[in-house]
This record gives sequence, C-alpha cells and structure tokens, in this order.
Amino acid sequence: MALKRPALEATISNALSALVVGGAAGAVVVIALIPMIAGLIRDGLAARLTPTMTSVASIAIGVGATVFLITQLPIFLIWLERKIAAHIQDRLGPMRVGWHGVLQSFADGLKLLFKEDIIVDGADKFLFKLAPFLTIMGAFAAFAVLPWGEGLVISNLNIGLLYAIAITSLGAIGILMAGWASNNKYALYGGMRSAAQMVSYEIPTAIVILSVVVQVGSLNLSDVIAAQQGGVGGVTNWFIFRLYGLNVIGFILFFICGLAETNRNPFDIPEAESELVAGFHTEYSGMRFAFFFLAEYGAMFFVAALTAVLFLGGWSGPFFSGPLVLFVKTLALVFVQMWLRWTLPRLRVDQLMALCWKYLIPISFVVLIAAAIDGVVGS
Amino acid sequence: MKNYLSNIWVTAKTVTIGMIITFKHLFTRSVTQQYTSEELPEERWKSSIVPDGVLQDRSRMRLHVKIEDCIGCKQCEKVCPVDCITITTEKREKTEAPLFAADGTAIKQKVVQFDIDMSLCCYCQLCVYPCPTECIVMTPEFEFAETLKSNFLYRFAKEKPAPPEPPKEEVAEPVAAGGS
Ligand code: SF4
Ligand code: SF4
Repeated sequence: MALKRPALEATISNALSALVVGGAAGAVVVIALIPMIAGLIRDGLAARLTPTMTSVASIAIGVGATVFLITQLPIFLIWLERKIAAHIQDRLGPMRVGWHGVLQSFADGLKLLFKEDIIVDGADKFLFKLAPFLTIMGAFAAFAVLPWGEGLVISNLNIGLLYAIAITSLGAIGILMAGWASNNKYALYGGMRSAAQMVSYEIPTAIVILSVVVQVGSLNLSDVIAAQQGGVGGVTNWFIFRLYGLNVIGFILFFICGLAETNRNPFDIPEAESELVAGFHTEYSGMRFAFFFLAEYGAMFFVAALTAVLFLGGWSGPFFSGPLVLFVKTLALVFVQMWLRWTLPRLRVDQLMALCWKYLIPISFVVLIAAAIDGVVGS
Repeated sequence: MKNYLSNIWVTAKTVTIGMIITFKHLFTRSVTQQYTSEELPEERWKSSIVPDGVLQDRSRMRLHVKIEDCIGCKQCEKVCPVDCITITTEKREKTEAPLFAADGTAIKQKVVQFDIDMSLCCYCQLCVYPCPTECIVMTPEFEFAETLKSNFLYRFAKEKPAPPEPPKEEVAEPVAAGGS
C-alpha cells in the first residue's frame, strides 16, 4: 500500500502508541498476577534444583524483574511528570510523538543513547566515570529489601530498614563525587549543597523511621507490613492512623525528608537550574547523564514505596493485597511529589537548613518519644 | 514559641492553598494552540480556544497594505524600528481628479513605491497603530517561507519603479521535493 509520508508516520506512531498503552495495561495485569507466577516458578524450580540453587535462581529472577521495572518505569514517570507539569501550567506538554506524546521519552532515550559521551579535559577521569554508577547503584540497590507481597522480596533482611537508609545515602556520595570530579564551579557547588543536604536530612528520616521501628519492634520491612494487617476494612491498622494521629505528622515529615533525599523540589538546590546551570550534572552528557536521570526517578519511586510500606500498609489493601496495591499507593505518592514540584518554589540553602534543624528534627523527636511512651505504657 | 508554631501553621496553610490552586489548574483547559497538522489544512484555524477560526487577539503575522487607502503620510516608515518599510511618493497634480481613501481622507500624494522587506520585519506591529487610514494591517497568514531572500521584498505600490537587479550570489539551491 502506497502511503504518503505523513500518513505512514502517523500509522507507525499510532501502532507504537497502541503497543505502549497495551504494554502498560499488560504490565498492570502481570503485576497483579506476580504472586501466582512467582509461586509457580518457585515450585517449578524447587522440583528440579537443590534448595541453594533454588534461592539463587529466585534472587536472580527477582533482580531481573526489578531491573526491568526500574529501567522502564522512569520512562513512564518522565512522561507523566512532563504532562502534569504542562497541565498545571495550562499547557499541553508533549503531544507529537505517539498518542499524547507517550513515545516522547523513548525518543529522548534513543537520542541520549546516540549522543557523544564527553569527558571534560580537566576532570578527574576515574571519579567522573564512577559517579553515575554509584548514584544509580544507590537508587536501585535499595529495591532489594522492598517487599512486594507475601514472601515476595528479593532479600528478606532483618535489618532491612537500616540497609535502606544506608544504601540510599550512596546516591549522595555519587552526586558529591560527580560535582568534585567535573572540575567545574557550578558542579562543585551542586555537589557541596547535596552533601550538606544529605547530612541534614538523614537525621529526621532516621528518627521518623525509628518511631515506626519502635511501634513494630523489628527492622524487617516484611514485619512492618505484617504489623499493619487487619483492622476495620484492612485500613485502620495502617500506621498513619495509629498513635493518636501523631503518625500523620511522622508521615508528613518522612514525605518531606524523602523529597529532600531525592533532590526534588522544593529541595532541588543541588541541581537548581536557575542558579547552577544544572548543578552536579552540568558536565555530563549522553548515557552518563541518562543514568543520573534514571537514578533520580528510581530514587523517587523507592522513597514513595518506602513511605507506602512504613505508613500506608505496603502491599496490604482494603479489598485485595499484592504488588498491585503497593504499586498504586506508590504511584499516588509519586503524583504528589510531582504535584508539589510544580507548586512550590525552591528553598534557599539557609532556609533548607533552618527547616531541617529547627523544625523537622525537633518534631520528629516528639513523634519518636510519643511512640516510645506509648510502647512502654501499652506493654 | 508562639512565633515557631505560627511559622508551622503559615507554612502548612500556604502550601495547602498553593496545592489547591495547582490542582485546579491541572484540569483547566490548556491555552496551547497546536501547530496545524500537515494532513488537515482546513483544520488550520480550528483549535480548542478559537473554534471560529480566528487567531488570538495579539497574534502578529504577515503584513498587508491596502494600497488604495494609503495617503502616503510615511508614518509607518518612520516608526518602524528596523527600517524595513521604504515609501516613495509623488505629489498629485491639482488638475487630477480628487481621490479619497475609504474613510474619506483626501489622497494628496501618489505612492509610487511601497516596499516592505519581510525578512527584516520583526512583527512588532508598531507600523499598524499610527496609520491614519488603517490601511496597513496584520493578516492571519503565518506560513510564508521562501527559497529566495529577494522574494521577501513585498511590493505593494501599483506603479512600480524599475526593480533593482537581484544580487547574483543569492540564487537558491533547488529545493528537493519532500516525501517519497
Ligand atoms: S511590524 Fe514592526 S518591523 Fe514589521 S514593518 Fe511594521 S514596524 Fe516594521
Ligand atoms: S501610515 Fe498608513 S497611510 Fe501613512 S504611509 Fe503608512 S500605510 Fe500609508
């Protein structure tokens, strides 16, 4: 069939859009069926392999699935963010590539893949190359302890929360390293600001997490979820509704700290486009830049998922439970993160510090002490 | 302590108000006018905001001069910031039949040259305001790319003077036909 070029392009783009939308719908179905699939695979493996081999194979499958999730998800999230940004500003956003621009992120990713990978002359070559990998590792390794369902966790660590706090900080080291190695004043400013931010915001995060740990009595994320099951409609036992409403404050504090940890607005001073060009990734291009981008969205998703696990019952829902429930909760929180980004202006560095040290830390201590007293009185 | 608590209260309040405002905007109609699609030229002026096919008030496009109404006052030439309008006039003889513009102004000058170099025009629309007979106007035409720079010299006067020789080096490459 002889199609004119615009018509041909439109056909291809429509077909690809349909593929993407269909793929997204398929992904939701697959996520909903994960427990069954995982059970089948586990039984199948157990019948053929030794127990050690079985656990190694299940970890490998889990890692593969997670890697797939966290490399594909940002593509969707970036599109979503651009659409939300556009509509909040009464614009349309990407409209040209595929249905309402769903293929835009693929096109951008392809472009980044083909871009020249520039390493500036004055840079510390080794650190410059290492930094994006550290950042992306920090964001993605954290997914190891995230429980997606009953027994659906790559590594059921009994110090899961401690591991999560520790490994997400690795991202900040990558950012500091990128800033230093770029040999660029804007990048260095970005890196320094990031370090200051990390040092400050780790503290309230850890204290809020501690207040949850006090209520659960365990650092294992699966135990945290187990402690939130039951209650009226499967909802009232979520931590956000416990401790006489004080956990709502804890939830908000944790959400704010999560924004700061992932360098999202209003805490994006390490990037601060209007002041620092692009902050720590000023000198990066091509795939290395894409890695920072992926890491940001991966970290966003993880922090939102951790918030959902700690305060909103994780994968247990009012009607049914499973990975899909956690996924929906996480996406809702990610939406709020994006929504905030296009609402609030950026904080100044001193305001950022004042917010953390004068407000977040004292209030988080109040929540922690209340949780401790409640625990002592209750037992 | 009072200050401390009021700070928290004000922060929570303002953030909530801001979020409500942005949430409302998430569902307001976008003001973007999409560039027209190649396949549907008849859809050109149909957009979500101007369904009757009229562009927005302040859109500024190609100029047009209703030369019959021009009285040759040269106000547009004076006001143009990039000097892209060139007007030459000749005094009309008393013996000639009196001419009037559409609004009744007597035309005392004969406009023998009225050139606008659209490649220089910055679409500031400043020439439109001072014109006493409203004969220089912006049209809704915005797609007028040319392959030769000299084609951008728009000549509106009916009695054209001998056109200057086009510069030799500006012969354009033949443009390859699009599509396959
Ligand atoms: S629109 Fe502005 S630049 Fe263009 S001809 Fe008129 S005055 Fe000159
Ligand atoms: S201002 Fe109007 S009437 Fe006067 S010369 Fe220009 S186009 Fe003609």
